[in-house]
Amino acid sequence: MNTYFHSVTLDKDLCRGCTNCIKRCPTEAIRVRNGKARIIKERCIDCGECIKVCPYRAKKAVTDNLSSINKYKYKIALPAPSLYVQFKNKPDINLILNGLKKIGFDEVFEVARAAELVTLATKKYIAENNVQKPVISSACPAVTRLIKVKFPNLIDNILPLLAPIEIAAKLSLEEAISKTNLPSEDIGVFFITPCAAKVTCSYSPIGVSESKVSGCIPINEIYKALLPVMKNIKDPELIASAGIEGVKWAKNSGESIGLKTENYIAVDGIHDVIKIFEQIDAGFLNDIDFVEASSCVGGCIGGPLTVENPFVAKTKLNSVLDNTKLVPSKVDFTKEIEDAVKWTCPVEFNAVMKLDENMEVALRMLTEIEELYNDLPQIDCGSCGSPSCHAMAEDIVKGYAKKTDCIFKLKEKLKHLAE
Amino acid sequence: MKLHYEISGDDFLAAGKASSAVKKVLSQLSVNPAIIRKVAIAMYEAEINTVIHGGGGCADVIISPDNIKMIFKDNGPGIPNIELAMKEGYSTATTEIRELGFGAGMGLPNMKKYSDDMVVTSEVGKGTTVTMTVNL
Repeated sequence: MNTYFHSVTLDKDLCRGCTNCIKRCPTEAIRVRNGKARIIKERCIDCGECIKVCPYRAKKAVTDNLSSINKYKYKIALPAPSLYVQFKNKPDINLILNGLKKIGFDEVFEVARAAELVTLATKKYIAENNVQKPVISSACPAVTRLIKVKFPNLIDNILPLLAPIEIAAKLSLEEAISKTNLPSEDIGVFFITPCAAKVTCSYSPIGVSESKVSGCIPINEIYKALLPVMKNIKDPELIASAGIEGVKWAKNSGESIGLKTENYIAVDGIHDVIKIFEQIDAGFLNDIDFVEASSCVGGCIGGPLTVENPFVAKTKLNSVLDNTKLVPSKVDFTKEIEDAVKWTCPVEFNAVMKLDENMEVALRMLTEIEELYNDLPQIDCGSCGSPSCHAMAEDIVKGYAKKTDCIFKLKEKLKHLAE
Repeated sequence: MKLHYEISGDDFLAAGKASSAVKKVLSQLSVNPAIIRKVAIAMYEAEINTVIHGGGGCADVIISPDNIKMIFKDNGPGIPNIELAMKEGYSTATTEIRELGFGAGMGLPNMKKYSDDMVVTSEVGKGTTVTMTVNL
C-alpha cells in the first residue's frame, strides 16, 4: 500500500503557474513555486477540483488505458452508473454493457448492483442502536479523505461499509474464478471511473487492506471506444440487472433515496460539503440520520473524467432507465455479503495541518505566523504562489517561501532601496 | 499566544466566526480533536451569548502549553443573579430571539459543561466577563 499515491498529478510543461488551482483546492494543498504548481502530497485528497478548474489542462489524473486490460487472460469491466448517462441518445443500458464486451472485456459487472447491496447494508446499520448520527456516506473517497485530514471528530460518523466499487470487484472476481478456474492474478478487474479519487482507491483503499481493483479506466476514454461499436449492436444480450435504486447512485441524493428515509442531507461540491461538515462538527445536525456528501457537483456524474455536463446527465437518468429492459438481479443480500461489505481496516485521522509535533514549537510558529499575517496586504491575490495571505504567512514560517515573494512586499522593499 | 476577536452585537448569524478561527488554530497545534471540539462548542455558546445578551463585545483566547483560556467581555446589561442564570432552561431572552431558535437557557450551562473551569463576573448596567479554561 502506498500511503501517498495520488491519481491527481501535474504536467509541468502545460502549467503556466496561474492562481486558479491554488485558490480552488479545498485543503490548500497546492503552491506555485518557480512558476509551476506543486501538489503537497500529504494534503491532497484527490478530489479533482484542480483538474476541473485548470484552463491549461495541466492537472491530470493518472489512470490506466484500455490497452492495459490485455495484460490479463480474463477481463472484467465494472462500469460506474455514471457511465450510463454520458450518451446523447439515452441508450438502453444493455447496449452500453454489450459495447463493453465488444471492446475487449469478457465480463461486465455493474457497480450499481453492488450499490444496491450497500443500500441494504446501510439500512441495517442506521437502524442499529448507538450509531453516531448523522451517518456520513463512505461512497465518495475524496469526502472520506477530507474527513481524515480535516474533520477528526467526524471519523466515527462515517458509514463503515465498503464503497460499491470494492464490493463489485470482490464479487465479480469470485464469480470469474469459479467460472474460469483461472488464478486471480490472471483476471483483470477494471473500474470504468468518473473520477481520480476512485483511481487513488485502487492503490490506497479505504476500509480494506488491499483493493481487488486491478486498474481504472476513465469514462472519457471508454466513451470514445464505445461510441463506434454501440452503433452496430442490433440485438443486445439482456444483462442489465441493476435497478433504479442502484443506478441512481450516479447522482447526488441517489444513495439517500434508496434508504427510504426523508431525514437525510444530500450535499454536493466539496466546498459545500465542508460547510455541512462544519455544522455536523459543531453538533447542529445530530437529528439527521444520513448525510450523502459528494465531492463533485451533481455527484459522480460531475466527476472530472466524465463527458456529459452533470446537469444534462442528471436529466437523462430517468430516460435511460425507462429505455432499459432490466433482467432480475442475480445477487442476493446473503449473510456472507452482509459481512463482506463491512470495513476491515478503520480510517484514522491524519493530522496534516499541524505545524510541529512539539506544542511549544508549534505555538511559537503560530505566533510568528499571526505577526507576519498582520504585516501582509491580506488581499489573498495568490501572486506569491500561496492560496491566501494567511497560507503565505504559514509558508514563510515553515521556510517554504520568503516575504519578498509577495509582490507588494517586494515593491515596498524596492521603493525603500530607491529612496 | 493570544488571539483577539471582536464580536459584533447586531448579527447573531455572524456568531461562530471566532470559534471557527480558533478551531483552525488548534488543529495546526495538533491539539487532541476531542479537546478542540470542547473549545469550539464552549466558544460558540459564548459568542451567541455575547451577541444576544451582551449586545456585542470581544473575545481573547490565550493558548499556552497547559491550557486554553477564553475570555469573553461585553458591556451589556449584566447578570443580576448569576446562580439563577446558570440553571439549565433559565432564560431572559426575548420572544423574538426564542422564535429564532436561540435563548433556550442552555448557553451558560453548556459553557460550564464543555470547559474545565468557568468564572463569571458581572455588574448590572456595566457588563459581563466570562473566563473559561480548557486544560490540555
